[in-house]
Amino acid sequence: MQNRIQQAFQKKGKDLLNIYFTAGYPTLDATVPLIKAISAAGADLIEIGMPFSDPLADGPVIQQSSTVALANGMNMRVLFRQLEGIRQEVTDTPILLMGYLNPVMQFGVENFCREAAAAGVDGIILPDLPLDDYVAEYQETFRKYNLRPVFLITPQTAPERIRRIDELTDSFLYLVSGPGTTGGQNTQAEGVQEAYFQRIEAMNLRNPRLIGFGIGDKASFQNACQHAEGAIIGSALIRALEGVEDAPAAATRFISSVLK
Amino acid sequence: MSTTYQKPTERGYYGQFGGAFIPEMLYPNVEELRQNYLDIMAEPAFQEEYQQLLRDYVGRPTPLFEAKRLSEKYNTRVFLKREDLCHTGAHKVNNTVGQILLAKRLGKTRIIAETGAGQHGVATATVCALMGMQCIVYMGEIDMERQKPNVYRMRLLGAEVRAAMSGSRTLKDATNEAIRDWISNPVDTHYIIGSVVGPHPYPDLVARLQAVISEEMRKQLLEKTGSELPQYVVACVGGGSNAAGAFYHFLEEPSVKLVAVEAAGHGVNSGHSAATSVLGKPGIIHGSRTLLMQDEDGQITEPYSLSAGLDYPGIGPLHAFLADSGRARFISIEDEPALKAVAECSRLEGIIPALETAHALAALGQLGAGPDDVVVVNLSGRGDKDLETYIKYADAIM
Repeated sequence: MQNRIQQAFQKKGKDLLNIYFTAGYPTLDATVPLIKAISAAGADLIEIGMPFSDPLADGPVIQQSSTVALANGMNMRVLFRQLEGIRQEVTDTPILLMGYLNPVMQFGVENFCREAAAAGVDGIILPDLPLDDYVAEYQETFRKYNLRPVFLITPQTAPERIRRIDELTDSFLYLVSGPGTTGGQNTQAEGVQEAYFQRIEAMNLRNPRLIGFGIGDKASFQNACQHAEGAIIGSALIRALEGVEDAPAAATRFISSVLK
Repeated sequence: MSTTYQKPTERGYYGQFGGAFIPEMLYPNVEELRQNYLDIMAEPAFQEEYQQLLRDYVGRPTPLFEAKRLSEKYNTRVFLKREDLCHTGAHKVNNTVGQILLAKRLGKTRIIAETGAGQHGVATATVCALMGMQCIVYMGEIDMERQKPNVYRMRLLGAEVRAAMSGSRTLKDATNEAIRDWISNPVDTHYIIGSVVGPHPYPDLVARLQAVISEEMRKQLLEKTGSELPQYVVACVGGGSNAAGAFYHFLEEPSVKLVAVEAAGHGVNSGHSAATSVLGKPGIIHGSRTLLMQDEDGQITEPYSLSAGLDYPGIGPLHAFLADSGRARFISIEDEPALKAVAECSRLEGIIPALETAHALAALGQLGAGPDDVVVVNLSGRGDKDLETYIKYADAIM
């Protein structure tokens, strides 16, 4: 069974923009207005961060937005309540949930998948879920609810492991651009990043690829699109929402600046 | 399921606890360590260098001292395993000496560490100075304030101390920052974790390196009491490294009662506590499935203890298994009785213990040990680093 993620890639093929934001940031009720604004502004996929107290893979910007969101009262129950009815308004744009394993474990995997599917979510990104544990304990439930896992690949991921990851999903591969947490700058020597992207491209993998970590403006987005089907922007959008009155308008302006 | 307490399964499980829940960015490093640590540690050249450093640099074996006046007070035979006499003043150096040799053999040139009370940071900075390696220690901003002497010691030893400013600004957050550093430096860096926490193989690696404590205890007990086996072994638990080392060679000896002492802070149910075995539920922290303090949404809650070394919302997976299976008894001690135990040990035995260690000493009255029973308390560290705290709470202590 196809889902919206595959359809989005089939329809557009290249230059896909995936926008991440943290649920409940900057205000508790910003989640739904932001989804609508981000979709209307031209993002091809939307990744909603489920805030966690100890987000190990995230840099300071997403950490801070998570702290604010938790203080605003965001949690899984609130998020799923907010997402009720979202598919009447945003029909085609794939929605992914990104977060850490512990809150999902406490909510219960079956509950989590059922609620996510009911809300119209298409994919799940849990960076600290090991592949073996996914296969042993999660895969069946994900399939039952037609939810697609998205796994990360880094410059250090071995080729046979990339092949295995590619076999385990039908969505996209999340190419981490280089060493570091989210929102960092590319500090690699010239050519190192390109060589890594080209090495992955030459593997002729089943899944399309989106490049994330350190993509934050028009130039870095366009550069990423040279090496993959598109890119993911998170921290730069969060920064654009900081301290603004009208978060959806700020998100719209930010996305226009990337796509114009 | 793990069939022994000592050895986790190949994937690092003690019962339902353990594993390696890490983002892909850490996978190659952790996997490299997992594939190599047992082989490297089994190499004769490694063992020779490790044993020599333990003897000539750390000062091992540490004495097992029969504490006659404490024995009299508690009407049982109390022995103190003097880890406070290790170079740098605590058991932490047993682990850092082993891990720095491991890091060298893995070709790493840059060392990172987290620290709570600063003892692990000092022990890491020390071996980095010895081996000429770059050293960066992450420490919570609050802990830097309450353990100032150790911050200066680390700097004097040539380490860079970076303040962890997120969350509660204590040990948990210092660990988060160290992990983020490792994510950003995946090739040249080894992360020396200071406790039996973190993704597999760290809990097993650190337990093996601390196991020298109980290995020596058995020999020394045979000499002093005629039996290798005591009735009780008592140790404090934050993450649980000194307890893992003190318990290790007694884990499969059911006649030996193992007592793990956690910090109750202001009281187990006060909302200001670090008694993880009582307050924790299974969950994931720092790459390990273990017992951890969390709210109903799975957000990790802020622990509290006056003692920076016990101020951690989780415990190592081995200890979670010992608690869950009932193999070890867990006792919680509040700040105030711990402070009183500082004075008691100082005045009865002439030994000023670390505040962490004092929690274990404060449990002596709760063991139910008889006059002929042999009780070994792991005296994990000395109290110099806590002097400022002891002065501040002089009224509670005296």
